[in-house]
Amino acid sequence: MSELIRCTNVCKDYVRGAESIRVLRNVDLSVAVGTIVALMGPSGSGKTTLLNLIGGLDAPTSGEIEVDGLRLDSVSARHLARWRVRSVGFVFQFYNLLPVLTAQGNVELPLLLTDLSRSERKRNAALALDIVGLGDRGRHKPGELSGGQQQRVAIARALVSDPRLLVCDEPTGDLDRQTADEILELLQTLHRDLGKTIVMVTHDPKAADHAMVTLHMDKGKLASQDDQAASALPSARTVA
Amino acid sequence: MNLLSLLGANLLRKPTRTSLTFVSLAIAFLLFMLLQAISDAFSGGVSLAGMDRIVIDSRYSMTDNLPLSHVQQIRSLDDVEQVTHMNWFGGYYREPRNSFATYPVDPVSYFDIFDEQIISGETLSRFRNIRISAVASEALAAHYSWQPGDTIPIMQDIFPQENGSWSWQFELAGTFHYSGGQLLLINYEYFNEAVAGWGKDQVGWLVGRVADPPEVDAAIRKIDGLFENSSDPTRSTTEDEYRRRFASQLGDVGEISSMILMAVFFTIILLTGNTAAQAFAERVPELAVMKTLGFSDRAVAALVLAEAIALCVSGGIFGTGIALLLEPGLNANLGGMIGSFEMSGRSAAYALVLATLLGLVVGAYPAVSAMRLTIVDALRER
Repeated sequence: MSELIRCTNVCKDYVRGAESIRVLRNVDLSVAVGTIVALMGPSGSGKTTLLNLIGGLDAPTSGEIEVDGLRLDSVSARHLARWRVRSVGFVFQFYNLLPVLTAQGNVELPLLLTDLSRSERKRNAALALDIVGLGDRGRHKPGELSGGQQQRVAIARALVSDPRLLVCDEPTGDLDRQTADEILELLQTLHRDLGKTIVMVTHDPKAADHAMVTLHMDKGKLASQDDQAASALPSARTVA
Repeated sequence: MNLLSLLGANLLRKPTRTSLTFVSLAIAFLLFMLLQAISDAFSGGVSLAGMDRIVIDSRYSMTDNLPLSHVQQIRSLDDVEQVTHMNWFGGYYREPRNSFATYPVDPVSYFDIFDEQIISGETLSRFRNIRISAVASEALAAHYSWQPGDTIPIMQDIFPQENGSWSWQFELAGTFHYSGGQLLLINYEYFNEAVAGWGKDQVGWLVGRVADPPEVDAAIRKIDGLFENSSDPTRSTTEDEYRRRFASQLGDVGEISSMILMAVFFTIILLTGNTAAQAFAERVPELAVMKTLGFSDRAVAALVLAEAIALCVSGGIFGTGIALLLEPGLNANLGGMIGSFEMSGRSAAYALVLATLLGLVVGAYPAVSAMRLTIVDALRER
């Protein structure tokens, strides 16, 4: 299976005042197309930082990150912004929908940056809402939807430009058990039916159960890997 | 959805706050248009009045009268082609709030000198021949629905009649075209005959037309020289200068207007700037999400700036529109007092430019902050 994500010797430092804090230490990672990866670990272990780097939201201090053939560490912020539109979808713990827009408007938002016509944008957004089971809620604003429904809208927004990669930061962290399971089922369906590669940060062991591979992080390093295929950890962790 | 609807949705996020800011802006621009019109009214005559006209009044004070005999003496000068005279009559129609400019004039020489005020030959003839007649500007007659032949009672507070009455009555001979708003002209001959003794054979000021406009300074020197050693010396100036001097009696209207407007707009900048900064602070995570989705730093900054400009420009257009709607009524009521009270297209264009600049100023800080926003830091604050 071909490789979608490759991180080589990635380090990330944050400067707080006079102090420089190393958050990621020499991370090597390879993720194949069509994999669901769960990143677990204690708070402050660097999970979200690694996710942000993979999603092109932040730049590494050193090392190389290649996603879908693009070296994210060597392109401009503007180029990276354009790349994010088509190549990666984001799902956050607190949904991060724009409260002034309807569900339809929120899902259409990334499409404003594409060449699609108004009617095409509308149609694609409606389709994405249908996929997540909210075809009839397009005119509702986030405040009129439950937490689970808002997260579905956020997933529809992540899907709408048909990216190969979905990065999810605690997608079930703000939901009750039943709703969380429904969201995890939905992510499974997207992976199974649409072939999406999903990298998910989670503290929820049940979420990790839905992953094909679970990577554990600790103190900025990949500490261990659980998967059905690998019995030993290679030097560069290759998943699926 | 498109970027415009996104902009609109953001503006309407807090309808009460947006409405209050919008109303503040509209009032500021309404004030801007009114003060511009007042300032233009005081300076407008400077550029519009005939360059060949001179005004002759008392050297001692604008409010001192001159003897009627000055008219004939000035007329005898070769340098002067025509002279007319006017008095400030004051008074009001029915109620004190119905006041407008009223001048006792000599009908023929007045309309000869002020040839931009158009009167029909028939009306002028009636005005001349009916001693108690008056003519009203079209705006004044329309305002009070006066018809030729109507009796116009004017209550006086300066000139009593010889019989002790303060109430004067005139017969409307007709109307004339005057772009300055409300104006009533009464026949001087009747006024002079009926006024109490101390007001007889007195004129407030004279207006003359020089024979050779380039030689206006020489004509002025000659006129003032004529009365140099009399008990009623004169001070002659061009009409432009006279208006300027008249306006300066009230202070520098242009400067006063500018200072008021500066204070208003300074307050508006603080108010609107604070609103924009507050709105930005509330939206930091949303702007970070937009950047996450692929909106560039510049696109997000442009959106924030466009919101500030849209609010300022819409408030400006609304305020300017209200001012333009009020203009005919204000012109009818104030025009006679201060000259032509008109809101020019130039003032409206200034207002639009000012509104855009205001939007740029108040939107600059939030826009730059939005541009500098880093996604990771902003989302962490969530």
